[in-house]
Amino acid sequence: MNILQSFKMALKSIWGNKMRSFLTMLGIIIGVASVIILVSLVNGQMSYMKDSFTSMGTNQMTVRLTNLTTRYADVDDMYQFYNDNRDLFSHMTPSVSVSATLKYGTESLEDTTVTGVSEEYLDMKDQTLNAGRFISYSDIASRQKVCVVGYYVAWKLYGSVDNAIDKTIKMNGSAYRIVGVISRQDEDELEAGGTDDILYLPYSSAAKMNNTARISNYVFATSDTDYTAKAKESLETFLMGIYKDDSLFRVTAMSEMLESLDSMISMMSMVLGGIAGISLLVAGVGVMNIMLVSVTERTREIGIRKALGAKKINIMQQFVIEAAVTSSLGGVVGIVVGSVATTIVGAAIGITATPTPGAVIVSFSVSVGIGLLFGYMPASRAANLSPIDALRSE
Amino acid sequence: MAEPLIELKEIYKVYQMGEEEVRANDGVTMTILRGEFVAIVGKSGSGKSTLMNIIGALDVPSDGEYLLGGADVGSMSDNQLAQIRNKMIGFIFQQYNLLPRLNLLENVELPLLYSGAGTEERKERAMASLERVGLAEKWKNLPNQLSGGQQQRVSIARALAGNPSLILADEPTGALDSKTSRDVLDFLKELNDEGNTIVMITHDSTIALEARRVIRVHDGKINFDGDVNEYSAIL
Repeated sequence: MNILQSFKMALKSIWGNKMRSFLTMLGIIIGVASVIILVSLVNGQMSYMKDSFTSMGTNQMTVRLTNLTTRYADVDDMYQFYNDNRDLFSHMTPSVSVSATLKYGTESLEDTTVTGVSEEYLDMKDQTLNAGRFISYSDIASRQKVCVVGYYVAWKLYGSVDNAIDKTIKMNGSAYRIVGVISRQDEDELEAGGTDDILYLPYSSAAKMNNTARISNYVFATSDTDYTAKAKESLETFLMGIYKDDSLFRVTAMSEMLESLDSMISMMSMVLGGIAGISLLVAGVGVMNIMLVSVTERTREIGIRKALGAKKINIMQQFVIEAAVTSSLGGVVGIVVGSVATTIVGAAIGITATPTPGAVIVSFSVSVGIGLLFGYMPASRAANLSPIDALRSE
Repeated sequence: MAEPLIELKEIYKVYQMGEEEVRANDGVTMTILRGEFVAIVGKSGSGKSTLMNIIGALDVPSDGEYLLGGADVGSMSDNQLAQIRNKMIGFIFQQYNLLPRLNLLENVELPLLYSGAGTEERKERAMASLERVGLAEKWKNLPNQLSGGQQQRVSIARALAGNPSLILADEPTGALDSKTSRDVLDFLKELNDEGNTIVMITHDSTIALEARRVIRVHDGKINFDGDVNEYSAIL
């Protein structure tokens, strides 16, 4: 008797007991589906986070300083360092966050991200201008009241990009002239606080607006992502020379954050997948339970088969394959259910979640494995029945 | 003279029932030749079922020698016994013992399935066997769609399918009314006339009279072994 016939026999027996087979499979279906849903959603959410990190630039590192009256680094010091290390760094800008409400006429915007930057910022962020010009070195040197706005600001306050150029915008009471508009970043939506709700002004003007003498945030871009470690080290050496205390400054490389995010993703997937895996284990016990019942119910059948010449291995094979087919059918249904549910839930909570091939392969092989493992015990019980006792049973 | 098919020499089968030792077979010696039609008759508890289990290679004796077609069955492993049952013995049971979820053809195919015959050969031989008992056109039916007599004919077809050396019938008419019993017994006689060796186990002496030779078992021992005419004389 070959394997193919055993499969046919297994399918026949599963089909003959539709309700019970379905209930047995249900455990596997739920287990597999929850593994796929959880792992895929975590991956979807995490890769979304990762994308937003990546869009900030993986070659960038931010420097945060705590300036004391006796120990400090000012803009000139930082530019000095930057110019001395042009082999490592491609761009550098001070970064001054301003909390401001923007006004034009009767309209106002409150969620706009307002940042004071240098003339290199546009290149560093790989952004382009839709119209006008970006902030220039002379704007910075003379603390000009000029600014460059994002697409959302131009559209919301002025109706169009062209209308916005050379208009004034009021920021915390002072009037700034718009000299340029950044190209639209987010093609899908324009919303308050989004990537297009931004305004750049010269960092010198921003520092003045904030009443800060010394700028404490800088963004550096390395000329190559391979230089990250070296660039970070040279920055830290330089700052250590000034501050003599590593708690007064902090250099954060985006690529390092990305790495830790990556390890967090796989960690989360494994933990959640593992929790869902427990339900697979419970399902396996369900399979074993049903197979034991099935062996008891079919004792007579086993006796007849043995009387007609079935060897132990034939009976064993029959029951193991039946268990494996039951649980792998459950696995397939679970994969389908899990994939559909992942897409639906992902859409509902607003992330792009697709079932990962890894989760599908692992949960399918686990469900087949469960069938084999938990089918083995009932099968060997069936195989070892004495034909006489089995025939005598009712 | 025909060669011996079954040779039992001093067969003992002892069961331990709690404290008590039960000798189900207590030194049974007999020889059955090829082509014979033998009835083994005995009351319930006489040890005839144990004897049938041993002859049918479903069980091995505690002591003694059992040769089936010259092969020493008494000392075989489970797998070897399964092979003997498959190749050499065709069983007919009182309760027919057909598998309820398989159709007639699939039921008759079962012994061929375990002997490793190919799909085509299996189908052909099973169909021929069903033809032999006159149920070929019903091959698609399930057993419970048939009368008791028909089901017993299917089980005879199944016993014949593997072309065994021995047909072992355990109370083949036990569940049938007298008319269908008659049919089954006539059919067994017919098979015997064609040269098949048949051993029939029964508790009913009138059924035993249908055979050509009768062996009576009592308390685990043979207390009569002879021609059917001699047996009817002592009844």
